[in-house]
Amino acid sequence: MRHEIRFSGYGGQGVLLSAVILGRAAALYDDKYAVQTQVYGPEARGGASMGQVVIDDEPILYPEVTEPDIFVIMSQQGFEKYGIRAGKDAVMLLDADLVRSRPDCRYYEIPATSEAKGTLGREIVANIVMIGALVTATGVVSREAIERAVLDSVPKGTEELNVKALKRGFELGERA
Amino acid sequence: MQGNAACAEGALAAGCRFFGGYPITPSTEIAEAMARRLPKAGGVFISMEDELASIAAVIGAAWTGTRAMTATSGPGFSLMMENIGYAAMTETPCVIVNIQRGGPSTGQPTRAAQGDMLQCRFGSHGDYSTIALTPNSVQEMFDLTAKAFDLADRYRVPTFVMSDEIVGHMRERVTIPDAVEAGRPRPLAEGALPFEGGDDGIPGFAPFGSGRAVHVSGLTHDERGYPDTTDPEAHDRLVRRLVAKVESARRDIADYEAVNPDAETVFVTYGPPSRTVEQVMRDRPDESIGHLRLRVVWPFPEFALKVFPNARTFLMPELNMGQMVREVQRHVDQPVISIPKIGGELHTPTELVRALEAYR
Repeated sequence: MRHEIRFSGYGGQGVLLSAVILGRAAALYDDKYAVQTQVYGPEARGGASMGQVVIDDEPILYPEVTEPDIFVIMSQQGFEKYGIRAGKDAVMLLDADLVRSRPDCRYYEIPATSEAKGTLGREIVANIVMIGALVTATGVVSREAIERAVLDSVPKGTEELNVKALKRGFELGERA
Repeated sequence: MQGNAACAEGALAAGCRFFGGYPITPSTEIAEAMARRLPKAGGVFISMEDELASIAAVIGAAWTGTRAMTATSGPGFSLMMENIGYAAMTETPCVIVNIQRGGPSTGQPTRAAQGDMLQCRFGSHGDYSTIALTPNSVQEMFDLTAKAFDLADRYRVPTFVMSDEIVGHMRERVTIPDAVEAGRPRPLAEGALPFEGGDDGIPGFAPFGSGRAVHVSGLTHDERGYPDTTDPEAHDRLVRRLVAKVESARRDIADYEAVNPDAETVFVTYGPPSRTVEQVMRDRPDESIGHLRLRVVWPFPEFALKVFPNARTFLMPELNMGQMVREVQRHVDQPVISIPKIGGELHTPTELVRALEAYR
């Protein structure tokens, strides 16, 4: 089945990396197909950045995302620019501390940033908490695959912190 | 892996050991990857002062017998035009990757286009012929970049990988083979002249340092390579050979996929719009709809259009205002409908279904 996942947040949060990690988990470790694309623009830091992934069991032909069924939104501006038109059947995970609005579709409030800052002590892993929650809330890739993809993608020396963040995300996603 | 990274990997696997370039969006990741990888592979990466110098450095490196490339986009590609003609005239095997973006001028640096498809064939002055490949996936960025080096060597012609921002920046799974076939130009035979074409019009190659003295000139030259700029026959003989060595080999160079040969309505595509057509055809299986997908657009394989004897209409979605459509039109009697799209986004399946309903 084809899934279209869209990530948005503000530049610097790592939402593009989240999209790359998810695609990597699907394509390299879950034996699925994945295409990752993103909006390239002058949004490097501060503006609304957006990355997206198509995941499918069969080869992906049309590579772009047209109607995401899963959204991960980590900023109010990101919601307004890339989340507001979410279809009724979509699912949205949003960082409850950073996004004021709520969509018309089903949504889960994930306190990723406050968990990262408080429980884990490093705000920078909020995107990894969010990925963990995404995986348990939607099952779009397996836990094993996402863990391997996270370990592939994070800087040396930060593995333990990131795995902890991912597992905290798993718990938050299960509860959601 | 990203498309641009796969392009660099394909080049390295094919034995490319020289990159001369000037970074430009959306091709920059190719230069970055080559800058990281080439020194470790015993190669040379030079960040040149501009694109004129970049292609000149590539031509110089190629004449030392090294597989050499550059990568650019839009304005950079325009700046390379003069020396691309020099490469064609001097029969220099080299690879030029163009990650096309919206133009004209600086246009849309971060958006995709296929606006340089005629420029890569006709952009430099005078008559000549080139080879151009059009990948539609990250895997093909690897495969076709590697292949471009072989074609450049075999035909001794500047060879283009005409990709775009969509394929350059997307990430997909890539399977990298253990080894890539890497032929080299036929060496210059004992007693043969360095610009003597032989049966297939392709001279043997004696790079600098190979022990043969070769004079290389952009001026019209004789078989020895010596300028002969006033004799009409010398010019006629040389330029006709430069064109014929590529055009007469177009069946060997051709690379295309033809689906549903009995179809009445046939999409003709290259690069990313092919993926939208494939999606439409998967979503609504219908043998009356065909698809010709070109991986090589130049030299243009006009014979591939004859694969569809029942065709009544050809539809041609391109990310430009209609460029290759003219080439298709001049080879068939049936109507050829252009489905142009500019602005940087790929045709959606819905748009092509609409076109199909309007024109079939």
